[in-house]
Amino acid sequence: MTDPDRPGDADAPGSDSPATDSPATDSPATDSPATDSPATDSPATDSPATDSPATDSPDSAPFGDADPAIRLDDVSVSLGGQRILDAVSVDVGEGTFVGLIGPNGAGKTTLLRVLNGALAPDEGRVRVAGEDVHALSSKAASRVVATVPQTTSVTFDFPVRDVVEMGRTPHRGRFEGWRERDETAVEAAMRRTAVESLAERPVTEVSGGERQRVLIARALAQETPVLLLDEPTASLDINHQVRTLELVSDLVADGTTAVAAIHDLNLAAHYCDALVLLSGGRVLAAGDPAAVLSEENLREAFDAEAVVSRHPVTGSVYVTALPPASDDANGRVHVVGGGGTGARALHLLSAAGYALSAGALNEGDTDAEAARRVGADLVTVPPYSPVDDAARAAVESRVEAADVTVVADVEVGGGNLANLEAAAEADRLVLVEQRPFSERNYAGDDGFAVYERLRERGRVVEPGDLLSVVGELACDSFRERDGGANGSDDGEGGSDDGATGSEGRETPASADSTDSTDRESTDSDTVTDGRASDLFSS
Amino acid sequence: MSVRTRATTWSLGLSGLLLLVVVASAGIGAVTIPPRTVAAILADALPVPVGVSLGGATALPVVGPVPTPTLEFASPFEFAVPRPARIIVLSVRLPRILLAALVGFALATAGTVMQGFFRNPMADPSIVGVSSGAAVGAVATIVLSLSIPFGMEGAAFVSAVVTAFVVYLIATEGGRTPVATLLLAGVAVQTFLGAVISFLLLQSGESLRQVVFWLMGHLAGATWSEVGMLAFVLPLPFVLLVAHARDLNVLLLGEEDAHALGIEVERTKQLLLATASVVTAAAVSVSGVIGFVGLVVPHMLRLLVGPDHRVLLPASALAGASFLVATDTVARSGGAEIPVGVVTAAVGAPFFLYLLRTREVRSP
Repeated sequence: MTDPDRPGDADAPGSDSPATDSPATDSPATDSPATDSPATDSPATDSPATDSPATDSPDSAPFGDADPAIRLDDVSVSLGGQRILDAVSVDVGEGTFVGLIGPNGAGKTTLLRVLNGALAPDEGRVRVAGEDVHALSSKAASRVVATVPQTTSVTFDFPVRDVVEMGRTPHRGRFEGWRERDETAVEAAMRRTAVESLAERPVTEVSGGERQRVLIARALAQETPVLLLDEPTASLDINHQVRTLELVSDLVADGTTAVAAIHDLNLAAHYCDALVLLSGGRVLAAGDPAAVLSEENLREAFDAEAVVSRHPVTGSVYVTALPPASDDANGRVHVVGGGGTGARALHLLSAAGYALSAGALNEGDTDAEAARRVGADLVTVPPYSPVDDAARAAVESRVEAADVTVVADVEVGGGNLANLEAAAEADRLVLVEQRPFSERNYAGDDGFAVYERLRERGRVVEPGDLLSVVGELACDSFRERDGGANGSDDGEGGSDDGATGSEGRETPASADSTDSTDRESTDSDTVTDGRASDLFSS
Repeated sequence: MSVRTRATTWSLGLSGLLLLVVVASAGIGAVTIPPRTVAAILADALPVPVGVSLGGATALPVVGPVPTPTLEFASPFEFAVPRPARIIVLSVRLPRILLAALVGFALATAGTVMQGFFRNPMADPSIVGVSSGAAVGAVATIVLSLSIPFGMEGAAFVSAVVTAFVVYLIATEGGRTPVATLLLAGVAVQTFLGAVISFLLLQSGESLRQVVFWLMGHLAGATWSEVGMLAFVLPLPFVLLVAHARDLNVLLLGEEDAHALGIEVERTKQLLLATASVVTAAAVSVSGVIGFVGLVVPHMLRLLVGPDHRVLLPASALAGASFLVATDTVARSGGAEIPVGVVTAAVGAPFFLYLLRTREVRSP
């Protein structure tokens, strides 16, 4: 797939060097930086006129770092009196795939518009492939940078092929006919993006994923050294997200420099060589994905708690967002109930702002319904089935993730004894007692034995005291965790960070899967929606 | 089939259609003249005013040098055509037919460009107030009995272009002209000018009939000088627009995309708007406001040939010419002359709806 377009390109222009990916425009600048990198201005300005000086040697790699494909120096942009980008400096090396991440309104799209020349910065310098894109004509700039827009609303039903052919616009004179090299470029672009079979279909009638590929094909037909993508995966299903980013990675492997604004942190971490984290128009962090995606950075940029781990399959950095509730001093609570005994606790704790999990419960149980209503992370087993090993493991992981575990005034039998055993592992345990245990034990001696362990470890409360006790224990848990994490810092210090990042507060949980609330399950079942019922229903 | 082939095929086909419509139309009227006679008269006359040799006529034996272009009726091909028929066709019907063709050509061209420009298939040539502007100029000239160089047509043309420019200025800020603002500014200015026209109508007194006649759109009383004027004005803007057909295609993707594909968006928009406005103004100033042609013809042709302006623009222009010649023939062939605008609407709308049902409804 990758090779056929190269020979085709190489023989069409004739005079051009085999480095077809980088059209002529960047050549004077990339040639000279060894000698006079600050003075690149003067050679750059006259280069767009000369269309094909085949001076570009494909192996200017030693200077690839000295003269990056994209260099932003202290770029500031204000729109409508509001500062959208604030002294942004970014270098993007040639042939790398850089992801722009950050909350909504952080300036990602604005940054892309500055890079493709649509928006002139108020301050600072922008150089793309050695060119000052804002000094170039729109046409010349479009031979340096191609942009894949997030959405294109096509009112008129052009065939797909015509849309891709429009990518040749910057290369064609007004009265110039369709040349061999235009044909080759379009064919190659369509083959690369696998849209050949759609060529004659109206672009208004293809699916979202297909249209995305058509737009990428259009950008490829521009044959630019730099490719910009604005949310290339937004509104695509998971298969098309992956295919799109695989395609971009392939292009980058062939020497293209790509910059993409990506919402999905995990996709960004997996596919990008480097990430730039924007927040409030500033670069919060830039560099290796693992370094950029720290829990601290994410908290500051997104104003959301997230857990960063390694994905067990891909090995990439993996971010799991936690619900906003866990952002303040509340914490997570796991509730063991059943038959309606836990419903009250669930509602109370939910109203108090705790992040909840519950289970294991039989599907259809009153408490299961209650847990669903409050959005708790619920572990279920089929109706009338006992809690099996898998469910028990799921419960254990939730208990471990929770700051506090609450065992309601539940009737205990052989079927749900495993829940209590799992709860017995909790660090902070609260037992709600209305009736003596003997009245609700149907598990015989085993039941008494387990409950005795619970009583030893946990605090027994009246229903009315539940909230205050849970609050107390959650605070303990937070203190312990903070102390373990960064020594002197306590809970108050953490909320200071939240205040500085408050501009982004309207988007508390901006990472992809907000309902996968389970911390531990990052290792096992995060790809699902975090509800362990999937484990059983399948 | 390449775009060029398609453009050529459609253009040739529609030119042929236009020729047929012209010949048929010239034979229709109070005195019916058979098409063969009309063709003979045209073949006879054509080399003279235009000064080029005619393909169809050169097959006949030509004796001696080709006469100078100043000659009108002393053509080398003396067909046995009755003199009255010749006069009816050349002096009475042909100016009107050619004017209809040119006006239809202009309106359909401008309509196509405006629909592309506004990315809205419901846009029409006077969307930025050109027609209202022309009407104000013309009505003011009639009502106030102004005497202006180039007369009423001149006044209409100038006020039309000025109106379009004013709308453009209103909608432009900081070198950018958002299309939506332009649309709204056009609507607002049209409404205002409508009030001005109503006010002038109240003051018109004796000349009311003349004003209403103008406003309804008229091709009656067309003269060769009007034909000459349009034939002189139209070619350059048309060529300019066709030369920008590809840019217009790219603009359809939206301005951000167009910029990313190397179009100087604002400059191209200015050029398209100015040119389309001049084309519309030229047509409206000689014929008054003839609605529907600029709206329906481009739309019909888009359903037939697709959205690519390299094909659509010439095809639409030629179809517009045929359409207006045909509808004007209907307008004048009845007992009493009907304003052509009435006929364009009455004929165009049902056909448009038919196409809409059969082509657009089927595909979601």
